[in-house]
Amino acid sequence: MATACKYEWPEASERKLIGKRISRIDGPAKASGRAKYTYDTNPPGLLQGKVLRSPHAHARITSVDTSEAQNLPGVRAIRVVQPVGTEIQWEGDEIVAIAADTEEIAEDAARKVKVVYEVLPPFVVDKDIEVAREAKRAKPTTDETTGDVEKAFQSPDVVISEGFYGTSVICHCCLESHGQVTHFMDDQHLKVWQSTQAVSVNPNQYAQVLGLKAPDVEILCQNMGGGFGSKFQVDRWGIECARLSKDAGGKPVKIMLERAAELEVAGTRPSLYGKIRVAASKDGTLVGWQSEAWGTGGVAGAGVPPLPYVFTGIPNQKKHYEAVSTNTGGARAWRAPNHPQAAVLTMGALDDLAAKLNMDPIEFLTKNIGLAPEPLQRIYRDELPKAAELAEWKKYWHPRGLGGSGPVKRGLGVSLHTWGGRGHNSNCNVTIHPDGSVEVALGSQDLGVGTRTVIAIVAAETLGLPVEAITVNIGDSHLPYSGASGGSTTVGGVSSSTRRGSVDARDALFAAVAPSLGASADQLEASDGHICVKSDPSKSLTWKQACAKLGAKPIQTAGKNPGECNLTSSGVGGVQIADVSVDTETGIIKMNRMTAVQDCGLVMDLKTAESQVYGAMIMGITYSLFEEKVVDAQTGRTLNPNMEFYRLAGYGDIPEMVVHMMTGPGYDERGPVGLAEPPTVSPGAAISNAVANAIGVRVSTLPLTPDKVLAALSGKGVTA
Amino acid sequence: MEAFEFAQPTSAREAVKLLAAKPESSEVLAGGSDVLARMKDSISTPTRLVSLHNARDLRGIEYRSGQGLRIGAMVTLEELGANAEVKRHYPGLVQAAENAGSPQIRNVGTVGGNLCQRPRCWYYRAGFGLLAMQDGKSLVPNGENRYHAIFGNSGPAYFVAPSNLAPMLIALGAKVRLVGPQGSRELPPEKFFVTPHAEGEREHDLKPTEIITEVMVPPAQGPNAYYEVRQKAQFDWPLATAGVVLRMSGRTISSARVVLGQVAPIPWASPEAEQALAGKTVSEEVADSAGLAAVQKATPLSHNEYKVTLARVAVKRAVLRAAQA
Repeated sequence: MATACKYEWPEASERKLIGKRISRIDGPAKASGRAKYTYDTNPPGLLQGKVLRSPHAHARITSVDTSEAQNLPGVRAIRVVQPVGTEIQWEGDEIVAIAADTEEIAEDAARKVKVVYEVLPPFVVDKDIEVAREAKRAKPTTDETTGDVEKAFQSPDVVISEGFYGTSVICHCCLESHGQVTHFMDDQHLKVWQSTQAVSVNPNQYAQVLGLKAPDVEILCQNMGGGFGSKFQVDRWGIECARLSKDAGGKPVKIMLERAAELEVAGTRPSLYGKIRVAASKDGTLVGWQSEAWGTGGVAGAGVPPLPYVFTGIPNQKKHYEAVSTNTGGARAWRAPNHPQAAVLTMGALDDLAAKLNMDPIEFLTKNIGLAPEPLQRIYRDELPKAAELAEWKKYWHPRGLGGSGPVKRGLGVSLHTWGGRGHNSNCNVTIHPDGSVEVALGSQDLGVGTRTVIAIVAAETLGLPVEAITVNIGDSHLPYSGASGGSTTVGGVSSSTRRGSVDARDALFAAVAPSLGASADQLEASDGHICVKSDPSKSLTWKQACAKLGAKPIQTAGKNPGECNLTSSGVGGVQIADVSVDTETGIIKMNRMTAVQDCGLVMDLKTAESQVYGAMIMGITYSLFEEKVVDAQTGRTLNPNMEFYRLAGYGDIPEMVVHMMTGPGYDERGPVGLAEPPTVSPGAAISNAVANAIGVRVSTLPLTPDKVLAALSGKGVTA
Repeated sequence: MEAFEFAQPTSAREAVKLLAAKPESSEVLAGGSDVLARMKDSISTPTRLVSLHNARDLRGIEYRSGQGLRIGAMVTLEELGANAEVKRHYPGLVQAAENAGSPQIRNVGTVGGNLCQRPRCWYYRAGFGLLAMQDGKSLVPNGENRYHAIFGNSGPAYFVAPSNLAPMLIALGAKVRLVGPQGSRELPPEKFFVTPHAEGEREHDLKPTEIITEVMVPPAQGPNAYYEVRQKAQFDWPLATAGVVLRMSGRTISSARVVLGQVAPIPWASPEAEQALAGKTVSEEVADSAGLAAVQKATPLSHNEYKVTLARVAVKRAVLRAAQA
């Protein structure tokens, strides 16, 4: 970064807030229940909406009769969402939407709607590619070859490992389900309280579909209970909710998804299965990669996973991928789309190869680190030894299968990951009021991760104020446009725009008060709640005194990202090590410890950064051990659309977690880079590798449930 | 949820009367963790819900030496697990109660409700009926049967009895008292659970007009224990369980009771395991041989062979746990 730029991040020695462990500014509001979520929004006259959904995964609508429902007292509006003749492609798809005075009336009305379907055979099989091919549901989307694969694998000097690896379709499981309250204020003005990752983006979507002007649609989202990539868009139930409001004479209508619908239609993470062959010379140098992989994200198939993961420079690659189309609810971005799955296939295969070479996997990965993209190599070289130290690798790792003499075997596994995470486009207004208060306003959103807090930290640091002095206004689309929160781009974006806006506001304040301090603006600094002359700190004004000199006119500046000086960058690396114990009699896995060493450039708030990693590892443990959307092949029905058999980890399943954030030279100068996705990538691979280390055999697919562990132990594990 | 009448009788007798007035469309509300979920999912659609909350005569735990334990049907799992006498004499029962559900569920879930709760079979819960039928054929044998029965599964019932307490109560020789309009009757729990053979039949010998009023447990015949295999540390349905009572003669097991849970449409007593234990001194090998004997006649379905292993381990570990008690 050019040293001359006035916006650049302060040097480490000057940072009073950035990178420190700072509690969330909205923590007390959330802990006390004062924070209001979409679900808590109950404007006067609110109607409750319900959606009647298809019980069939594949069917054609033959007839819809809403007359009996229409006549039910308390029903205010009914809309047929999809017309007769439509071919339904997944269970739970929207058929009819109803608004009524109470939730119970809306439900009663939904039961009185008569829908006749012509039921068509569903196809939901994704694990067995032969079945999908036979049903003409598999569509090859990638066939790539680089180098001379045949030659590389035929060389007598190579060691080859072959295996089948995979991970099931899973859901996002946001604690707050999808939904919104929509309110037509008049014919032309729509107000929407939506649980969304895209406050600034969504007015346009509503406006286009409903024939409104984007500025006449206001999206509001003060707090939300998680999105994980599943809450960008305006959903069909959101549009129907707005139409119900209009049809009901402009009364507000609320539709929040029930848990079953949430699991059936509100997004999945695609499965990925693959037969992997990987070759290395006898010294452990990787020389070849072959993958035949497939997966499903619903009818539309699934995106191509980045294989081989991280070690993109493996010479001699042959890659084949097929997208399987199934009659299941569609995929949505799931925290680091395609990366966790690619990590399971790649890091699993490399771990098996290391075992075949009788090499310590950390030694093996380090030896091949030159095959990772160049900027990441240095990061991994820093992180691998740190992770090994924190996980006590030397003490607990052992060659595969030597996990102890009793029925409970202990093992360690490692995985690497990466992510982009450059800050998104963001605009903000920074206002210094004559009374001394400071406001940062932008149309961003806080998904529950601490975005508000980071904005306050950056403004406070820049203006020499405590965090509490900053009022952060977000969650309203009438505020300056700021990007959707996805792809780990928010902190980089909002902190950069806030930094630029705050520097300009600060400089404007300097200009306003410089005469009264007998100095020029460039001789002033803002620190510890004062504006003072750098060379003579006795010449100073308190922040309040300085702001009072503005008279009646506040300072307002516009901060932008991108902008002058590059404040954010892209490309982070992380290493995780899982430590597990496996009861070989029951196949039950107990986590002993998860260790994460993670880079995200310049850390803005060490506390919320660490929290992101803790949360990511909990989510990772959950998808590694428990999560699977179970769909019945005979009926196309999701059999576990609940929190009972769609299992999530509980407190007792979460082990000690050790998080180390990489900071200092080599990291800080890259500016803030995204952190939300990367630490979710490695747990699956690391835990799977730890189990293989413990019991001596690979459990080929996630989740690592007792049935699969026992099958692997009895030699029946590989099902490719 | 459909609209329903809500009745709050103050005694068992009054409850039975209220049920008898609408025998075909009434359900009993005890803790509610099962029936309310079924009603929300339209699996059950009673027009009358009879709450037992105010029936004082269904509460209380009493222990009398020589006679044993009397547990009111509305005693919560939490109360049962925390009772000092139960802890002293029936550790297996405490282990069964403590492992059920979550603290929230144990605080509302009752002993009667634990015995009467309906199966968790996911086809049943998806609306395909208790026998999971579609077009006259069960969906289970060719479907997702990983959690289904490995014993007593020749059809058409493939679900597993979900009660955590039942295997232990049967092993302890308990009796269940039922009260109906014609008076009361006593049944050993092994007779209370039945395998339905046609849709519409129930998995309990419980008439629509009857309720459980109490459970009587005789003095424990010896060390007893319960072991539950489940994937999650808490709040998870077990994959296999075993309740064991050992009658000891010095260091030798003179006779044993072994009952498995989560493996069949009814709690599954294992005379084979009992035979393997009789006359033996407890050791790891003897316990394992009992486990092996327990599962020798298992008939796993396409995706639940692993449950055979888990049932074997549950028996082995319950025996060892009992011996340590």
